[in-house]
Amino acid sequence: MIDWVHPSAFLILGALLIPFFKGRAQQIYLVLLPVLALLTVMLMSPGVHGVVKFLGFELIFGRVDKLSLAFAYVFSCAVLIGSIYALHVKDNGQHIAAFVYAGSSLGATFAGDLLTLFVFWELMAFASVWLIWSRRVQASIEAGYRYLLVHAVGGLVLLAGIVIFYVTTGSTRFDVMQGQQGPAFYLIMIGFMLNAAVPPLHAWLTDAYPEATVTGAVFLSAFTTKTAVYALIRAYPGTEILIWMGTVMALYGVVFAMLSNDIRRLLGYHIISQVGFMVAAVGMGSALAVNGAVAHAFAHILYKGLLFMGAGAVLQMTGRSKLSELGGLYRYMPVTFVLYMIGALSISAFPLFSGFVSKSMEISAAAEMHLPQIWLLLTLASVGTFLCLGLKIPYYTFFGKDCGVRPTEPPRNMLVAMGMAAFLCVFIGVYPAWLYDKLPNLVDYHSYTPTHIVWALQILLFTAMGFFMLRKKLGGLRKITLDVDWFYRKGAGLFMRFVYHVVTPIENWFIQVYRHVFRGNLTLGTKGLWLDKNVIDGAVNAVAAAVVKGAGTLRQMQTGQLQHYALVMVGSLLILSLYSLF
Amino acid sequence: MMDIGKILENLVNNANTLKRIGFTVLALLVVIDFFLPRHHSHYFWDDIPGFSAVYGLLSFILIVVVSKTLGHYWLGRPEDYYND
Repeated sequence: MIDWVHPSAFLILGALLIPFFKGRAQQIYLVLLPVLALLTVMLMSPGVHGVVKFLGFELIFGRVDKLSLAFAYVFSCAVLIGSIYALHVKDNGQHIAAFVYAGSSLGATFAGDLLTLFVFWELMAFASVWLIWSRRVQASIEAGYRYLLVHAVGGLVLLAGIVIFYVTTGSTRFDVMQGQQGPAFYLIMIGFMLNAAVPPLHAWLTDAYPEATVTGAVFLSAFTTKTAVYALIRAYPGTEILIWMGTVMALYGVVFAMLSNDIRRLLGYHIISQVGFMVAAVGMGSALAVNGAVAHAFAHILYKGLLFMGAGAVLQMTGRSKLSELGGLYRYMPVTFVLYMIGALSISAFPLFSGFVSKSMEISAAAEMHLPQIWLLLTLASVGTFLCLGLKIPYYTFFGKDCGVRPTEPPRNMLVAMGMAAFLCVFIGVYPAWLYDKLPNLVDYHSYTPTHIVWALQILLFTAMGFFMLRKKLGGLRKITLDVDWFYRKGAGLFMRFVYHVVTPIENWFIQVYRHVFRGNLTLGTKGLWLDKNVIDGAVNAVAAAVVKGAGTLRQMQTGQLQHYALVMVGSLLILSLYSLF
Repeated sequence: MMDIGKILENLVNNANTLKRIGFTVLALLVVIDFFLPRHHSHYFWDDIPGFSAVYGLLSFILIVVVSKTLGHYWLGRPEDYYND
């Protein structure tokens, strides 16, 4: 009998059948798959399941404990909400990509060894890029390629780390990297940090997410970074360098979000900022801090999804996503506004909303470990969160100067999905025991104390006062902001210019010298000409002919479908990795 | 659906009343802070009533000044910067 079912089976294999359903039947199917995955996760018993022997390796597909269950639980909720939000989309490719992406994320969560983790990790990157490309405009195509290239590099770094880890320890166990300080330790950590968008490895996120489809961005906001947070919690708790990296990250996201004009880019920078809190908590590594990181990731997936859904609704109904082009929408999209605000108040950690009961655990953990600078800086970042998401976006989108567009509320399925996320945000805020019960460590923590509530309200409301005093000066500017993606978007061009203007002239100078020295010797020249004509040209022509012929054959073999390439790439990476280990 | 729209419209039309309520709440928060019991003080500032109000406001100013300065003098570019 089958005693354990992998929830990804429903999502990844089930997704392949999506094109066979049409209309209403397809919509039912799109809801059914995530419901089945969620039920599987809810009914799952802790333990190690799905162990497969493969070429001498032990692949563990189902390491089920409180940590992986907490993430799997919220990931399944996120797919369900996301697919309801996307029910009206008539693009099978997008639905399949979203499910394969979410399924791989669950696969990585339950992976008990590094090889299984790696395969699902790569599958996530290849599936998710479709959610960017599916918008089918030039900017998304280009951003998608950059996204894919960055993740390919990150995947290689991770793979290198895994190979070295296996060679040095003889194991592929995915567990706490204790006592390891060699290259494997750092390479795997860099691979994880790239997906967690830790600066300076973060620009793929804010480059690509704003270019994704309306519904795709909702999925993207949930999985990649939080799977990386899970991997960091699993392998690197208590790694001190992460405390400072996370804190810098929290502030970095806030500062750049202040400069963004595109709503979804602004939300993207706040993913970085929020994940910074989690990374810092992983670095602290105490029982309370790890609980805080898990709770914050859990709450974050729900309210960030809600915020992206709100921004997506505005984009879909107005065709605009820039603060400088929006304003006065509250009259036409009041329900969207209220639901968006529930997400905004949650991420800002207002009492009675989910951020208050989750983020505060991390900040309290910093206090317990006597890290006053970290405590102050994380509190500073919280102010930026509320300023951007709770004040700036809603004010300039829904109030402020009327921008002249007259949208309606989005389709009902989008509102229902937002309503579900909003309900969970409030539910967790009002009844935190439900969330605390799912956390990996047993910790007695109470967020609703009078001092804490007054403390939070003072910080938030005095920020609001400041905002309303300066609200004329804080609107979005018609500008973009440089970030480290400059290095591969402009830096590559500069490198080519350097080649043209510096390397080529030097080469030309050598050619001149060559001519002056050898021109005198005509006999040599004539002989050289004969050699050039008959031998070198002949060889070159033959090679060229062979290449043309070979290319013709190769072209026949290519399907032009990226899924195939992706499959071949993942497959060969796996084979190569296995080969290199023997 | 319409009800939410009406409530919002009412709130916007009574912005001045909202402002007065807002300032009252702010003042109350600081006053209450003087009478709260403080058991779990980790830092000296936990014992200063109204500290987080001041810290919130200072953080706000710092974030605005730093980000605006960076954007204005260094990082800001025209929107078609990457398209030429």
